[in-house]
Amino acid sequence: MTDQTHAQTVLTTQDGVPLKVSISRALRRQKLRSVLLVAPLFLFILISFVLPIADMLFRSVENPLVPGTLPNTVVALQVWDENSGEMPPEEVFAALAADLKVAVAAKTHTRVGSRLNYENPGIASLFRKTGRRVKRFEEGDYTAQFLKADKKWGDVGVWQTIKQFSSPMTAGYFLAAADAQRTADGVQFKPEDERIYLFLFGRTLILSVTITITCILLGYPIAFLLSSLPLRSSNLLMILVLLPFWTSLLVRTSAWKVLLQQQGVINDTLVWLGIVGDDSRLALINNQTGTIIAMTHILLPFMILPLFSVMKTISPTYMRAAKSMGASDWYAFWRVYFPQTIPGIGAGSILVFILSIGYYITPELVGGTSGIFISNRIAYHISFSLNWGLAAALGVMLLVVVMVLYWLYDRIVGIDNVKLG
Amino acid sequence: MTTERGASVRFDKVQKSYDGETLVVKDLNLDIKHGEFLTMLGPSGSGKTTCLMMLAGFEPASHGEIFLNDRPINNVPPHKRGVGMVFQNYALFPHMSVAENLAFPLQVRSLGKAEQQEKVKHALEMVELGEFGSRRPAQLSGGQQQRVAVARALVFDPDLVLMDEPLGALDKQLREQMQYEIKHIHENLGVTIVYVTHDQTEALTMSDRVAVFNDGVIQQLSSPDALYETPQNSFVAQFIGENNKLSGTVTAINDNICDVRLADGTELKADKVNVNAVGDNTTLSLRPERIEIAAVDSMENRVKGHIEELIYLGDHIRVRMNVAGNPEFIVKVRNRAGEQKLAEGQDIQIGWFASDCKALDPVG
Amino acid sequence: MKLKSILIAATAFAVGSTAALAEDMTIVSWGGAYSSSQNNAYHKPYMAANPGVNIINDESSAEAVAKLRAMNEAGNVTWDVVDVVASDAIRLCDEGLAEEIDPAKDLAAAPDGTSAADDFGDLLVSDCFIPQIVYSTTFGYRTDKVGDSPPSDICAIFDTAKYPGKRALEKRPINNVEWALICDGVAKDDIYDVLETPEGVDRALAKLGTIKDDVVWWSSGSETPQLLADGEVVMGSTYNGRLFALIEEDKQPVAMLWDAQVFDLDGWIIPTGLSPERLAAAKKYIMFATDTQRLADQAKYISYGPARKSSAPLVGKHAELGIDMAPHMPTDPNNAKNTFLYNYEWWADNRDDLDAKFQAWLAK
Repeated sequence: MTDQTHAQTVLTTQDGVPLKVSISRALRRQKLRSVLLVAPLFLFILISFVLPIADMLFRSVENPLVPGTLPNTVVALQVWDENSGEMPPEEVFAALAADLKVAVAAKTHTRVGSRLNYENPGIASLFRKTGRRVKRFEEGDYTAQFLKADKKWGDVGVWQTIKQFSSPMTAGYFLAAADAQRTADGVQFKPEDERIYLFLFGRTLILSVTITITCILLGYPIAFLLSSLPLRSSNLLMILVLLPFWTSLLVRTSAWKVLLQQQGVINDTLVWLGIVGDDSRLALINNQTGTIIAMTHILLPFMILPLFSVMKTISPTYMRAAKSMGASDWYAFWRVYFPQTIPGIGAGSILVFILSIGYYITPELVGGTSGIFISNRIAYHISFSLNWGLAAALGVMLLVVVMVLYWLYDRIVGIDNVKLG
Repeated sequence: MTTERGASVRFDKVQKSYDGETLVVKDLNLDIKHGEFLTMLGPSGSGKTTCLMMLAGFEPASHGEIFLNDRPINNVPPHKRGVGMVFQNYALFPHMSVAENLAFPLQVRSLGKAEQQEKVKHALEMVELGEFGSRRPAQLSGGQQQRVAVARALVFDPDLVLMDEPLGALDKQLREQMQYEIKHIHENLGVTIVYVTHDQTEALTMSDRVAVFNDGVIQQLSSPDALYETPQNSFVAQFIGENNKLSGTVTAINDNICDVRLADGTELKADKVNVNAVGDNTTLSLRPERIEIAAVDSMENRVKGHIEELIYLGDHIRVRMNVAGNPEFIVKVRNRAGEQKLAEGQDIQIGWFASDCKALDPVG
Repeated sequence: MKLKSILIAATAFAVGSTAALAEDMTIVSWGGAYSSSQNNAYHKPYMAANPGVNIINDESSAEAVAKLRAMNEAGNVTWDVVDVVASDAIRLCDEGLAEEIDPAKDLAAAPDGTSAADDFGDLLVSDCFIPQIVYSTTFGYRTDKVGDSPPSDICAIFDTAKYPGKRALEKRPINNVEWALICDGVAKDDIYDVLETPEGVDRALAKLGTIKDDVVWWSSGSETPQLLADGEVVMGSTYNGRLFALIEEDKQPVAMLWDAQVFDLDGWIIPTGLSPERLAAAKKYIMFATDTQRLADQAKYISYGPARKSSAPLVGKHAELGIDMAPHMPTDPNNAKNTFLYNYEWWADNRDDLDAKFQAWLAK
């Protein structure tokens, strides 16, 4: 009964299949085909990009070394109250001796040592030293034997660190990345003289914004000129704009140094012209100014290209129309031309800002001490300290900051308002 | 000053060259009266748009002076000329709503908010788009955008409005409708309109006077009917309307009538327009609808023609004939009862009055 | 037919190249003059003695630690022998990324029969590390900018009154904090005890703070020579070999301030995760390349001191300049009157912590 009434309302094909089913079937084949077409690229990106990044990000919370290498110690430490201020009981020392013997045989004790050394300097050598002795430990009174091997084992702080990092997951890297640490009174900021990451995040953002703004200020007139020139001369100019892409980093850096240093071309010229005194030469490199100049130079094309492609599409008749209605050159520019280039500014700004926020080689080379970015510390932890967990945590924070800014941008400007061409 | 208020616009010996070698506009002298609808008509590259741009102030004149209400404006920047302008592709600001577009010239003039709203509302009603004020230009159809552009050029009550091929982007039907609308607006407001187009129908339909441009020179400046009926030279005759050409030599001149012998020996009489002396080469211009297939005795010119092709067009039939060695000779035959039956390959007698045949300067 | 022969050729080539691969040995070092000194002193004679071995040079030592870890995690270690500084060797050893070495079994004894362990002495700072050279981080100064009293004391770097101008220091705490404490009156033996305490770190940074505005911080060893040559700085720290090249090869007006030079070691490690054959081949190479003669030979090409005591008497003249190399060795008695061997163990524990503090101090 219901079927019948249903059949009356549903359109069917000649074969009696409901029309909707037939359509979706036909479309499904189309969809499948397009999915298959993008599948290779999708897989490539997944394998070569998404998975490694996800793996790297996972390291920011992962902590397998301590529970994996010292399983008995971790269990034994559970009964010890780390806030009591007292030494752990003999069972803990015994468990550690057993764990260390296994670890020394597998040569993994120094890895735990260097992992814990990130949190408490000195543990690396403590484990290294004790590792040499533990083979000769005898049964009974492990506490005394450990203390004899190194008196640092009598430091409650060492045991607190081990207990704090005994779970397979940790927030420790993120705390460190936020200049915080866990103390007896809960999570607190580190002492003033050890805080660096939040400060660097702030500086990275401020400098990136500054670089973006200088790119807009410098790039806008150039893009305007490019878009209004005939094709032949604009192509030539475009090559000049793209030139920084084609020079190697070392050549560029040397050029900046020759130009910007205190005995460099610009200062020499200014002194020669009498604009600055010989004893008050300008510091243009190895500081924030150097970073801003060099980064603006290298990122300028990313601002100019989207601006250019947007400006190219703006017909000159808009300006003429505005003028015919009585607008002065400036008023016409500001009310008619400029608003139409905002999508270009938006696209260029996003590109420049996101690129500059992750830059580290240029700041390292010309930034001195006041011009380095958070990425320089990430690079340090990747290549020198091998503290990849902290590097990953800093990376996640940077990613979150970028996402939040992107979201804000979308809310304020609207992401549809971005045009690359 | 013979007229009451003087001319609205005067071009005085204006010349224009972009490269310093060739003149795009050669010695232009033109008076445009107040309230006149003047069309600059001509093929592309004839200099008509350049004239408009000089008038708007976007191109400087290389020589000569342009007057607006008797005031020289060569050194007045475009935004101080107070001239409304409608552009080919409307140039509506895409980032503003229709109402904001219309308010733009009023804001520039620092009008009060209430006055702005009043004028915008009025202008929108004038072009029958009262409901569309809050839309973006991209949400309107081509015809609607065109109306907004016209309204925007008029909203600040300029004395003079320039229109640069404003209907070029519309389809035929819309274009015709817009022609009437613009014409009516002109009649109602009484502004001076200088209108540039390459479409002769548009020019003939709308204008008080038409200036036909070619090669940087005004070939003829007259009312639409005069332009059609009495072209001053071969270019105008060919450019405006359909036209049969017959080449020959002047053999005699009697007052306004001259005798012309064609290459095949045919002798014809024609209205002497643009020939000077016996022996001059001339091109005779003859409108297809002025030729009769049933020639009456009073017609001075009667010749034999061979029908090459008949094209049925409903209200009339186009007959392509070979007349006096010209195989592209077109005759329009009204489609009415009692007309003689025609067939391809037939030889018939055709004729026309000497006054309908203009002896003009030779072509080619 | 053609395709088939190409396929056969390609297969043959592939087989051939894998056969060749078995003999390839990738040795990673720092590049530049240093790598070429190793090439001359070690690689060439080794390949001459072992025709089956083909040494491939890789210049990735600067990123060796991170790359080795990445290779190890990926389970595909492509390097056979890696040149690293001692502190990196300790880190690699702790992380299980470098093979432990038994000096008695894996290293050659001295010609006089002294065991390798005794010949290297306390330069064997890690179980995984075979020292190769002793280099020092020391200061060079512009002879034309220090007046009549060239600096002879390390504390000249803190004396901006007597020696005005910029100084180049490395952008990391190592060496800088030690020099600061020496010049702040701490006895050499007490330095690491003082640095162990937060107050000690503050004291060192405070001393560095007195010249903070006069410092250009470098991160690559090539920067100081350039800064000295350009006259950007009046004095600066870098590796002694770089200064040797600046003074003796480039003939710049620069002299060495050997006082309180900090000895550091550079040497080999063998990565973990090699196949037994490759491990054996690497050990064979190490045995050859770190013997007494080979280490002495390297000093012909670069002014770094051989790490074996027994090599010192064998150091001769520079291979190209022809000058006696011994007086340019950091270990030469005249240069080594006041030296400092930094405490690897202490720095391995405290490097990251102090580096964070140092960078925080620098940033503010």
